[in-house]
Amino acid sequence: MIATQPDAGGHFGPYGGRYVPEVLMSPLEELQHTYEEARQDPAFHAELDLLLHTYAGRPTPLYHAKRLSEILGGAKLYIKREDLLHTGAHKINNCIGQALLARRMGKKRIIAETGAGQHGVATATVCALFGLDCTVYMGEEDMRRQRLNVFRMRLLGAKVEPVTNGSRTLKDAISEAMRDWVTNVSNTHYLLGSALGAHPYPAMVRDFHRVIGVEARQQILEAEGKLPDAVIACVGGGSNAIGIFHPFIEDDGVRLIGVEAGGRGPALGQHAARFEGGSPGVLQGTRSYLLQDDDGQISLTHSVSAGLDYASVGPEHALLHDLCRAEYGSCNDTDAVAAAVTLSRTEGIIPALESAHAVAAAIRLAPSHPGQTFIVNLSGRGDKDIDIYRENLPELDLR
Amino acid sequence: MTRIGQLFERLKAENRCGMIAYLTAGDPTPDATPGLVAALERGGADLIELGVPFSDPIADGPVIQLAGERALKAGTTLARVLEIAKEIRKTSEVPLLLFTYLNPALKYGFERLAHDAKAAGIDGCLLTDASVEEAGEYVKQMRAAGLDTVFLAAPTSTEARLKLVAEYSSGFVYMVSRTGITGEQQNISDSAIPLVERMRAHTDLPLAMGFGISTPEHVAAFVGKVEAVVVGSAIVRQIERDPAGVEEFMRELARPLGKTGAGAIS
Repeated sequence: MIATQPDAGGHFGPYGGRYVPEVLMSPLEELQHTYEEARQDPAFHAELDLLLHTYAGRPTPLYHAKRLSEILGGAKLYIKREDLLHTGAHKINNCIGQALLARRMGKKRIIAETGAGQHGVATATVCALFGLDCTVYMGEEDMRRQRLNVFRMRLLGAKVEPVTNGSRTLKDAISEAMRDWVTNVSNTHYLLGSALGAHPYPAMVRDFHRVIGVEARQQILEAEGKLPDAVIACVGGGSNAIGIFHPFIEDDGVRLIGVEAGGRGPALGQHAARFEGGSPGVLQGTRSYLLQDDDGQISLTHSVSAGLDYASVGPEHALLHDLCRAEYGSCNDTDAVAAAVTLSRTEGIIPALESAHAVAAAIRLAPSHPGQTFIVNLSGRGDKDIDIYRENLPELDLR
Repeated sequence: MTRIGQLFERLKAENRCGMIAYLTAGDPTPDATPGLVAALERGGADLIELGVPFSDPIADGPVIQLAGERALKAGTTLARVLEIAKEIRKTSEVPLLLFTYLNPALKYGFERLAHDAKAAGIDGCLLTDASVEEAGEYVKQMRAAGLDTVFLAAPTSTEARLKLVAEYSSGFVYMVSRTGITGEQQNISDSAIPLVERMRAHTDLPLAMGFGISTPEHVAAFVGKVEAVVVGSAIVRQIERDPAGVEEFMRELARPLGKTGAGAIS
């Protein structure tokens, strides 16, 4: 049986842990302690569940994508509609949970990093809801390609700080958020947006997203009377994937399939497929698979999808990979955009570019698996990506 | 005992507070580093921290981040820094401490690093993001090779954590004067001296104070309080602006410590 909780130090097998400058060690201990207490507190769960239901819009539907399934002519596809949540992606699940913890710790200032801007928007949203001061760090390159989300954050009252270091993407935004946290730790909570970073973040963020898998498992049993043959999700940091995978880990017959960003191709620097081109190392607080060079310097990455464009991956995925409990493959930029078009035209659902990677994998696998049932986690909706879709589909844009 | 241990014995005998100087090795080029180290030593540095650049330096402010970018662009690697150390050792016995992040050391391999660093004349190592909880294997390999392992103590550290930091440290303990990243500051943090007092309860090791110390006045504030002070970003900025002035800059900073430095006119 696979251990579904980390050890006391936050280790998932050889991965995870807590690798941060000493200044942050006590704040992480405080966060862990607060979280452990909250987990045992029925009032915490009651408030979280109420907000997830009445504010975020849970439960989300599990939708049978009938036309797409018929066209592909193989597996029966179900779509978990996290795109229908408030703010347009699964990220809000974790943000509500951590905002409640920040309130418990008496921290009035929230900082966050964001790649595609979905986590930034969800953070800005809960800060508005709870009356907390909010600063979001975002790479300049990501601000350019996700302009709509930058404006949404500002409209919600958050400060968006451009990050001009390194590749100006998610990794650099996380480093800048950590520097802010080191400096302002006494009054600030770092609302990390993926199942990454130092303990307790990977397990805590996963727990807040586990609701995706818990609902999906129950919904598929109601719809089909049996468990699915595969659950498919995109993996950047890996929060939506671990959220939907986790309740299925002990269901041996269920394949768990994570889809990384294949970008422009397999050369180092052109993709974010950590399990294909990476090796174990330590980045930004945790030990996991990393895209790095022979000297241990972190590589640049590329993906058309800002949310998948990251050099490391959540440590629990690293363990599931090594144990062969989950399978990880990749899908390139072109196939992701094509999958978004297919889903839009067969089901009337425009997916986020991140989620389109999972859809692409389902489209690839379905024809060869007739009689099987797949769940695809549609982690976000595509509105934020309209500019990128326009750039990639010039034939549709009759300007 | 390493050169670090010998240095602190000497400082104690001379009743003097030591000067620790940080520079990013390879900034602006690997070939420039030995000369800069010699200038710092002439200016009064008692111990040199050789920063090994890392692509994602989460504990560093903009000055050291940019120095790291320049050094990486100039082809600096951990292996190259060990070559630089060998070069320094041809003419100097100044204690050398490697100062970097965990991942380059992990990729190099702890056992190999300990062996090669010792052979290159390095005396100890500090990995900014290696918490004591995760440092078991690293400390074991470094100590087996006869190298010191220096850890950070912070104003946010609990008593239990300070005790662990003391246990895992050898040579000295690096006191972080304030919560924050590396970089120059106007004033010394109020949290610095209380941290020294708390740390003394857990260890007899020498204490060195760093982070934000950038003027002779800052240095003077710690004389008689700690065994050494660390200056980093201010030196890195001086190297960026005017490398020829590094020796004089160091001499000014070290003046309150009562050491004139070899070749100094006093």
